[in-house]
Amino acid sequence: MSNKHVISLELNGDAVEFLCEPRQTLLEVLRDILHLTGTKEGCSNGNCGACTVLFNGRPVVSCLVLAMECEDAKIRTIEGVACDGALDEIQNAFLEGAALQCGICTPGFIVQAQALLDENPNPSEDEIRFYLAGNLCRCTGYDKIVRAVQAAAEQRRAATTAG
Amino acid sequence: MAEVFWPPQGSASLLGGEHNRIDGLAKCIGSAKYAYDVVPDNMLVASALSCPHAHATIRAIDLNAARNMAGVVAVEPLKKEGDEIRWEGDLVAVVAGETEAAVAEGLAAIKIEYEVLDHFVDDTDLDAATEANVTRPAGRNTQLQNRDEDADQEFERLFNEAAVTFEGHYGINVITHMCLETHGSTCESQGDKLVSHLSTQNVSGTPGQIAGPIGLTAQDVTVHCDYIGGGFGSKFAADAWGVTCAQLARNTGRPVKYMLTRSQELKNAGNRPSGFLRAKIAADKDGFVTAWDSAHWGTNGTSGAPVSQGVIPYVFNPPNRRRVATGIRTNTSPARAWRAPNHPQGCAITQTAYDDVARHLGLDSYDVFLRNLSTVGERAPIYEDQMKLAAKLMDWKAKWHPHGKGGQDGSVVSGLGMAIHTWGGGPHASRATCKIHPDGGVEIFLGSQDLGTGTRTVIGLVVAETLGLELEQVSVQIGLSEYPSSGPSGGSTTVGGVSESTRRAATAALNLLLTKVAPRLEADANQLEAVGGKIQIQGNQNRNISWKEACGQIGISPIEAQGEYAPRVTYPRNYDGKRLTDNGVAGVQMAEVAVDTETGVVKMKKFVAVQDIGLIINRKTARSQIYGAAIMGIAYALFEERIMDKATGAFVNAELADYKLPRLGDTGEIVVELYEPESEYNRGVIGLGEPPVISPGAAISNAVCNALGKRVSVLPITPQRVLEAISGGA
Repeated sequence: MSNKHVISLELNGDAVEFLCEPRQTLLEVLRDILHLTGTKEGCSNGNCGACTVLFNGRPVVSCLVLAMECEDAKIRTIEGVACDGALDEIQNAFLEGAALQCGICTPGFIVQAQALLDENPNPSEDEIRFYLAGNLCRCTGYDKIVRAVQAAAEQRRAATTAG
Repeated sequence: MAEVFWPPQGSASLLGGEHNRIDGLAKCIGSAKYAYDVVPDNMLVASALSCPHAHATIRAIDLNAARNMAGVVAVEPLKKEGDEIRWEGDLVAVVAGETEAAVAEGLAAIKIEYEVLDHFVDDTDLDAATEANVTRPAGRNTQLQNRDEDADQEFERLFNEAAVTFEGHYGINVITHMCLETHGSTCESQGDKLVSHLSTQNVSGTPGQIAGPIGLTAQDVTVHCDYIGGGFGSKFAADAWGVTCAQLARNTGRPVKYMLTRSQELKNAGNRPSGFLRAKIAADKDGFVTAWDSAHWGTNGTSGAPVSQGVIPYVFNPPNRRRVATGIRTNTSPARAWRAPNHPQGCAITQTAYDDVARHLGLDSYDVFLRNLSTVGERAPIYEDQMKLAAKLMDWKAKWHPHGKGGQDGSVVSGLGMAIHTWGGGPHASRATCKIHPDGGVEIFLGSQDLGTGTRTVIGLVVAETLGLELEQVSVQIGLSEYPSSGPSGGSTTVGGVSESTRRAATAALNLLLTKVAPRLEADANQLEAVGGKIQIQGNQNRNISWKEACGQIGISPIEAQGEYAPRVTYPRNYDGKRLTDNGVAGVQMAEVAVDTETGVVKMKKFVAVQDIGLIINRKTARSQIYGAAIMGIAYALFEERIMDKATGAFVNAELADYKLPRLGDTGEIVVELYEPESEYNRGVIGLGEPPVISPGAAISNAVCNALGKRVSVLPITPQRVLEAISGGA
């Protein structure tokens, strides 16, 4: 056990501590140690985006982040996107817009879209396609995913204006 | 009593509407559990060692060092001394251990001595394959209008008399299934029982495949699959890895997870055969193909089978036709069913030739396809109707220019192409059990699975429609082999199969309920109907009781009824009787592309898909299927291919970093049109997964050809192939 390290971080708003080996990725820790399997593994080399999480607000592919790099970080996974039992606008738009099929890429897309809309509340269609280009959908729901992100952005802007 | 057949078009409450998936929420919040998300306590992880050689025999294999490695719990050989390895990446032995690191060290400690043998992996060159003695005849077939004539002389006459005669070369490379969730399972041994959480398209059919090799019987094995991260035809079998995982769980008494790595997935777990064709074609001045003389070849791996003769040429059936098929045995893993087996390749290598008729005659491709519809059989009027619809959506007539004669915007030229397709989509065998509980709850059970196509939602909608309820009132239970057996999900057979068995089960359950309720409404059960959450006298809304109240009449035990569908003979096209399901659809697709003649890059501008599918149950998921198929078609038309290294026999791009797939910016505008006249609705439910993935290759290739005035012979149409076509003439 001597080669294991204690890592403390904020995960979906909660303080979390875990033991991990230096070689373990954030993806492995999320799925195998913390049992947060909503973050998916597609390729393990950063090419499919299925394991995307927010690291201090920025999207990263968690298969390419070592768990030990996450000390004191704020990590947000798909399990932390919905707030107080209510779906986020993006989740709702994916559901209503049928922007998912087998669903294995869906968490990665939703988290990546979350980062996009946090950064750019009014993205053009080209900006959406560019920002989400690292996420792969084999089924493939690309067209509806773009429409869903557009719908979510509109809904967020409307809520902001109303608020 | 309730009628089992579907309500007339326009009168259904739920069928044909826009419905969200009932499992969409779980997928959006990350709670949907796939096979690789199942993590039982005390679980071991397992992984396999792959052979680095394309062809070899195993001289010696020593697993002792691996077995003694710290953290390794079990080692299971998949091959033994003397075994022949026939493709690079074949799996040799599996190590199970406490951690992935221990497993990796265990795999590294396995000692194997190979005798390397000659290999052959080039499926593109028929002459080279013949010289290497790796070909095998796969059939020849001749059809002549003048049956008594000598075939050679008759073809010579036809070619001499034709308005145009030309020779063409066409091809489409091997692609893989590339399921985002790789193949594999998590197995739990429970005494003499075993539970396999298997990523499978075949929940009901896999227990027996697992049980036999590990010394159990099928009833001792439960297969469970709530969600599957892609299958596309590659996940019908339990496979060696599924059996080995079960064996390791039995041997160790601990849960074991064994998923293929991405590289192992691509090298072992599914690919689509290639297809290459040389054809000589004759046509009259209007573009009607009078003679077709072709040789085609390709590989499906070590057994060496090309695409079926039945799809050469595809859909069209010219009056004079000769085709010769040759298979090439390659040191590559065996092919598996890939959406619409044979059809995408047949379409891509022959409807490109039909488009070349238009190119050589300077005609509009639309007119040439239309002119040849007289050879497609009974669906000709549907194709014609669909072509008109697609052309309108594409604005074909306004955009059309003869091949290679469009305007140029800098270095960019644009073009249009089209293709047509057909598929069966008839139902598979299926059984369902419907329960109506005394408290009003409704459950439906089927040993089926939802690949992401929306099967779960379809089943729920059929039950809700039948019982006059809302979708949310139905609990759909699938994904477990203990439920009534249903067929594997492949070939677009699922939605038909489960719709029919579900409708029959729900109708039977309702009729039992109506019998119980009839005295309460002082009516005969035959007079009752279930509508809008009530049981009422037919057409009389004033004499009713609520669903919940009606179910209160059931007594203490729930109503339970079965429904079954067993495959039957296909209905003839002119059959006008009632039916729940049918077989056989048509579709038309059109593509518009822009090609940069300096870089060779092809960009999708617009894609139109018109598709008939009979009666639509859920418009939202039906449309998703077509969007998905169109984009998967764009993938194999422009991006993805398996690349084999001739020198080493290695599959060199078997990682997502190297295996190119389209991303969000690569797909252009996609227009989906569901073709649903009353005549097609009345045929009942027909599957949709396969047909829309067939035409994109040919449609996009034809659009590129229209833009350039030159044919890029082989798919995918990569920038390199575009530049070669531009510089190579033709």
